[in-house]
Amino acid sequence: MDLSLTTRAIGEHTVLEVGGEVDVYTAPRLRERLVELIDGGSRAIVVDLGRVDFLDSTGLGVLVGALKRLRPVGGTFGLVCDKEPLLKIFRITALDQVFPIYPTLDAATSAESSGADA
Amino acid sequence: MPLPDVDGRRVMSRVRLSFTPAPVHVRTARLVGVAVARRAGVPEELLDEVRLAIGEACARAVALHRQYGLRDLVLVEMSDGPAYTVRVIDRAPIEAGLGLAALPPDELADESLTDEALTVGVGFALLAGFVEDLQVRPVDEGVGTEVRMAWPLGR
Repeated sequence: MDLSLTTRAIGEHTVLEVGGEVDVYTAPRLRERLVELIDGGSRAIVVDLGRVDFLDSTGLGVLVGALKRLRPVGGTFGLVCDKEPLLKIFRITALDQVFPIYPTLDAATSAESSGADA
Repeated sequence: MPLPDVDGRRVMSRVRLSFTPAPVHVRTARLVGVAVARRAGVPEELLDEVRLAIGEACARAVALHRQYGLRDLVLVEMSDGPAYTVRVIDRAPIEAGLGLAALPPDELADESLTDEALTVGVGFALLAGFVEDLQVRPVDEGVGTEVRMAWPLGR
């Protein structure tokens, strides 16, 4: 399944719903969208990985890149993910210690600062 | 499942795929690699890991070929001997291919780390984390590196 990207606003959060395969071929499109959002002024970004069925190191690199872009402008960056195979990827790479990861979109958007450490 | 020969013994089968070093073909390699794994008898619960590992190894090979401007094809060879074995072979200078290292957590989001270095480090962490039987070594002939991964068959 190809990459799908849908953006919507929930309160002050910008939610980017990602679906399909995020890999070395499709990750540049995810990077472009995240850069657009940040350059467009979004400062509280939640990336919902609920419909992602493949995520590789390139995709992970793009997510870290977004977090690093938001940091100097005081933004927050959180992920929504409850799929065990994806969570295992975050654990193995130790990126679960870098990103705030929430089990549901509600939890991510109602978290006080949705990853203030970002 | 592997085909038995006339005596009922298993015959090792092999599938080879080579592709232009372009990101778009990595997905094809993943699909083929998982299809052959399933047919070889790799347990269903390991197939996600097979898919991810083949993808990482191929993406790494593609990145190296592009970095060095190499047009050589990336070779993927799958065989179902006593285990399901996948070899991904690139043709980049060996010192580049073997320069793999996993990154510690506190360096992952460090400002000084380039996106490329991060992806390489994370990719290697995934390979090492998902493939119990992993070898990275120079190819036997010519220039390049072979990433060899093996998974048990569920028989």
